[in-house]
Amino acid sequence: MVSVYLDHAATSPLRAEARAAWLAASETVGNASSVHRAGQDARRLLEDARDAVAAVLDCQSIEVVFTSGGTESVNLALKGLWWSRPPHTDAIVLPDGEHHATLDTVGWLQTAQTQASPGAAVRAVPLTPLGAIDAAAFAAALPGAALATALAGNNEVGTLNDVAALAASARDAGVPLHVDAIGAAGVVPVSFRRWRGEGTGAHGLVALSVSGHKVGAPVGTGALVVSRHARLTALVHGGGQQRALRSGTQDVAGAAALAAALTAAEAGRVAEAARLSALRRRLVAGVAAAVPQARLLGDPEHRLPGNVHLLFPGAVGETLLFLLDQRGIAVSTGSACQAGVAEPSHVVLALGLDARAARSVLRITLGRTTTEADVDAVLAALPEAYARARAAGA
Amino acid sequence: MRILAAMSGGVDSAVAAARAVDAGHDVVGVHLALSRAGGTLRTGSRGCCTIEDAMDARRAADRLGIPFYVWDFSERFREDVIDDFVAEYRAGRTPNPCMRCNEKIKFAALLERALELGFDAVCTGHYAALVDGPDGRELHRASDEAKDQSYVLGVLTAEQLAHTYFPLGSTPSKALVRAEAAERGLTVAQKPDSHDICFIPDGDTRGWLAEKVGAETGQILDRSGAVVGSHEGAHAFTVGQRRGLQLGVPAPDGKPRFVLEVRPVSNTVVVGPKEALATARIAGERFTWAGRAPQADTFDCHVQIRAHAEPVPAVAVWAADGLTVTPHAPFDGVAPGQTAVLYDGTRVIGQFTIDRTVSAVPAA
Repeated sequence: MVSVYLDHAATSPLRAEARAAWLAASETVGNASSVHRAGQDARRLLEDARDAVAAVLDCQSIEVVFTSGGTESVNLALKGLWWSRPPHTDAIVLPDGEHHATLDTVGWLQTAQTQASPGAAVRAVPLTPLGAIDAAAFAAALPGAALATALAGNNEVGTLNDVAALAASARDAGVPLHVDAIGAAGVVPVSFRRWRGEGTGAHGLVALSVSGHKVGAPVGTGALVVSRHARLTALVHGGGQQRALRSGTQDVAGAAALAAALTAAEAGRVAEAARLSALRRRLVAGVAAAVPQARLLGDPEHRLPGNVHLLFPGAVGETLLFLLDQRGIAVSTGSACQAGVAEPSHVVLALGLDARAARSVLRITLGRTTTEADVDAVLAALPEAYARARAAGA
Repeated sequence: MRILAAMSGGVDSAVAAARAVDAGHDVVGVHLALSRAGGTLRTGSRGCCTIEDAMDARRAADRLGIPFYVWDFSERFREDVIDDFVAEYRAGRTPNPCMRCNEKIKFAALLERALELGFDAVCTGHYAALVDGPDGRELHRASDEAKDQSYVLGVLTAEQLAHTYFPLGSTPSKALVRAEAAERGLTVAQKPDSHDICFIPDGDTRGWLAEKVGAETGQILDRSGAVVGSHEGAHAFTVGQRRGLQLGVPAPDGKPRFVLEVRPVSNTVVVGPKEALATARIAGERFTWAGRAPQADTFDCHVQIRAHAEPVPAVAVWAADGLTVTPHAPFDGVAPGQTAVLYDGTRVIGQFTIDRTVSAVPAA
């Protein structure tokens, strides 16, 4: 059976550089917090990794907090900012169509009331029909809010946001902002320093999440950039590592692998983005010819270069996924589900489409290992899969 | 053949799928998600809707080396099984939801989707035998009479039987299936059997129905129409029931009284002596044949009216307005809504939903 992997947004294959860095670092004996020279050796590798991550994300090394991945980073940013919020603020600015790590964390803060602290009020911000955060509505929601959050690039429909503009709004409104750059890092330009702007203190862009396994590092690695000026409460308490924002013995090998993957991704980013964009256009044009009923969702050009998100009217996305998998082609409906009962995509609903449409989508994400042959394989399989899925009905 | 194995997470469907693989078929495992608000962990004997059950099914598929998917049938299940169950009780009938699930979901919605997606048959862990006879495929009782599930499969038609595969039908006992599962290294080998109604989480059918149908005080009458008590909702009663009547007025003869009839429109329950439960005849309009239709309008058969009832000899008459069945000796309490399955020896002839009953003992 052919094996065509087109679900890079779910996870991307481990990079050779990351594997080598992990294996090399795993040979060290010491705990990076130990005083002896074994500890110093480990610490040097860890701080080399922190420097490398800071270089890629364009922030200061001290601002990089290694985590177990994107979900932890988002949780630390949102809960941490909420628990350190300025007095007399009670709202979180939450665009529609954010990732579940964000939605569910904010949802929890909404309902987690104590005697001392009421739950958060949520100020929702709509998306444009192309999937971008409505910048004017975002700015209007900011004044007096405790914090705001925004995706750099939507993980389902792929649309990129103008992060610099959103961050400027937050800065002007004096509100701390977290940016989820999990799908964007290593793929499009990410600059914490430039997005943050100069001299902004504890507001504007103060935190930025990245995940390792989306860029070819192992699952279980990630980072949260936390501005040195941010006010943030820790989730995990213990030995006081990493500015006491994330206690616990530091994962030197994981950090080294994350650094190696991000460095490799950044080194090849411009060329790879051009290559993926060309493959994406080939796929989109091919689908338009082979399955004219299909419709591309999200912004046609201003999107994550490897993301193709398609609406197939009259077919259930899950059925298409099944049929393509039978042909050895791995794609996604966009929203992973645990129990198997997929909810209609909240992102597609946020584009203004109905629940039926929200069940009829397929996300095809190209990445480092994707070739023209992979794109052609999915193009060859789609017409029959679509015909069968339509016949099988909703 | 390309076989779609429906895997509930229980031992039977896991072994059935394993046997399909052994038989050389191209097998894909599918777990049906039937509840949107499925629990996380299994509780007691209720199952097939939790994440743990889906996980058990997935692990069995892993062990068999077959692809595995979860398909969402929760909407269909709610409409065709749960809502139907409530509507039937509301109408004073006693439905069998497992039968409805076989009729509407497993061998209808699932089978249709399987065929559309290029499969030849659906495989389940039901205990029933399929025999290819001179007039097409026949449905028979399982070798293990104690586990036989041909009754709940009585709704299958010739077309459905043609695309069905029951690898457990000829297994002498369930114990052997468990032993086989253990031998195959399936973790579900000792998982408890599921019984009760899967969508009623704590097994309290009455409480669940009271919530769905609503409680309303009504009268309990004797056969002469005299009021002998009151109740909190006719849906909680089923024909033949003795317990829970709490009658204020004792019977003249001092004997226990049983529910004879439930009248949902007037929210009335009629009670009487055990003898009055005797049912001379049952009839229904909604019927299907499990394979070829009978060749005569009147034929001898055995009829079974509950999943675990004894089949009794009877004469069936097939007319334009449905089926009428007269047992040689009267039935002991029949509730409208129950399904009557007709057998010729071990072979299932067909089934009908009981709409009307005729008492063997006319009211005085």
